[in-house]
Amino acid sequence: MATIVSLEEAVRELIHDGDVVALEGFTHLIPHAAGHEIVRQQRRDLVLVRMTPDIVYDQLIGMGCARRLVFSWGGNPGVGSLHRFRDAIEHDWPVPLDLEEHSHAGMAAAYAAGAANLPFGVLRGYAGSDLVRHTSSVTTISCPFTGEELAAVRAMRPDVGVIHAQRADRDGNVQYWGIPGVHKEVIMASQRSLVTVEEVVPELLPQPGAVVLPSWVITAVAVAPHGAHPSYVHGYYDRDAFRAWMTRHVTSTTDIGGYHRSVAADAAGRT
Amino acid sequence: MTRPSADPLSYTAEEMMTVAAARYLRDGTVCFVGIGRPSLAANLARATHARAVVLVYESGTLGAKPDRLPLSIGDGILADTADAVVSVPEVFSYWLQSGRVDVGFLSAAQIDRFGNINTTIVGGEYRHPRVRLPGAGGAPEIAALSKEVIVIVHQSLRTFVDKVDFVTSVGYGDGPGTRERLGLPGAGPRLVITDLGVLSPDAVSCELTLTHIHPGVDVSQVRAATGWPLSVAENLEVSAPPTTHEIEVLRRLEATLVTR
Repeated sequence: MATIVSLEEAVRELIHDGDVVALEGFTHLIPHAAGHEIVRQQRRDLVLVRMTPDIVYDQLIGMGCARRLVFSWGGNPGVGSLHRFRDAIEHDWPVPLDLEEHSHAGMAAAYAAGAANLPFGVLRGYAGSDLVRHTSSVTTISCPFTGEELAAVRAMRPDVGVIHAQRADRDGNVQYWGIPGVHKEVIMASQRSLVTVEEVVPELLPQPGAVVLPSWVITAVAVAPHGAHPSYVHGYYDRDAFRAWMTRHVTSTTDIGGYHRSVAADAAGRT
Repeated sequence: MTRPSADPLSYTAEEMMTVAAARYLRDGTVCFVGIGRPSLAANLARATHARAVVLVYESGTLGAKPDRLPLSIGDGILADTADAVVSVPEVFSYWLQSGRVDVGFLSAAQIDRFGNINTTIVGGEYRHPRVRLPGAGGAPEIAALSKEVIVIVHQSLRTFVDKVDFVTSVGYGDGPGTRERLGLPGAGPRLVITDLGVLSPDAVSCELTLTHIHPGVDVSQVRAATGWPLSVAENLEVSAPPTTHEIEVLRRLEATLVTR
């Protein structure tokens, strides 16, 4: 059964220096609050796993928390480059960063294999890509029935899996909807797991397209309202966008005092 | 880049590229769409001649029908308007790997004479590149498994290189027979659409060959923007210019992008 604890306690108890940690959320339900708590507690030498290491990992990398990154697309979706990620790879700043680089299909297969407690995932993938020359966890295997050559990718079994979700009930059952990414796979594949939620509700009411993760596959649940900010949570809040932000805080205010009040009011609304 | 004027009769090379790409999509085509220009062109097709094109995004949104441009492949509007929303493992295994995608629609940082795509590094070595790019995402398997691939990319000596610095996604490898040897089921990059024209692989050599130039473009311009001695089709055609309707819809769509 999941215990419902504070985010500070959850990170302190579950995530240790040197752990393989996967913060997932495929461009949606990104666990930013958990990422910040890891930075705050100054974890070091982490192997960070994430299909799309957007700014949540950019900040962890820039703060020197990671020694290795396992990923399949290192950008800020729809926005641009990850500057700390690039600095780490191009200039070894702040510390050198080892890479284990995949395609999305390969990483998804690795998570699914981990969730199923299989040693490897299998797919038609990677063939001819230079990724194979640099990624030791990818090789080929012959199908025992047809002889077809397929890619094999070592199962992903993180020490800790972390996701963000819309809500949990008081027993720690978790419900999420919208783009589901690899949420279920990372929780099922990890030795320990943490789910941050927007809120805890008395009862998980049915919701179209929603997935429920039973409390007994989760280690800890922590409440983190607006925990995906500056990204979004389907049905709760939208992603910050440049023009909307500028309109709210700059063109709709009259002076620097108004700007500070507007930003503070926004922040107050999130806590 | 010149700014598009309000006049739909004048258009930029960029707009010509997007319109040319959109025209290749048909009603009912199942199209696996990358974000950026592929998504713009696919949504232009859906808003003009191909209302029933099926857009599949790697976020697992199948049959998405956004009424504004999505900010990223993870934009909530794709989930809100999709026929079905599935997980990432499912979209890649059940929907792409199984052979259900007609057209994979990709962009590239570099592309070479055999249509191989690089989105990983430019210059230097893998571990110490001059420029680190985002990497593969869904592209290697989209390029391998879609029945065919359309690439949309600006044409310049920076992007059209003799040999890519890193093969992220395979086109025709090092020439005829590569795809068969690697066991890649799809036909590969049948069309490469640029701001100057359209290229297709030669039936024998697999080398990208210029088949169309856009109005007002000279072949010598295309050669000067290509990092290998460019072959030109005997029956080189000129692309039809964008219609007023295409340009109006395109600009209306672009105005809906909330990134900026």
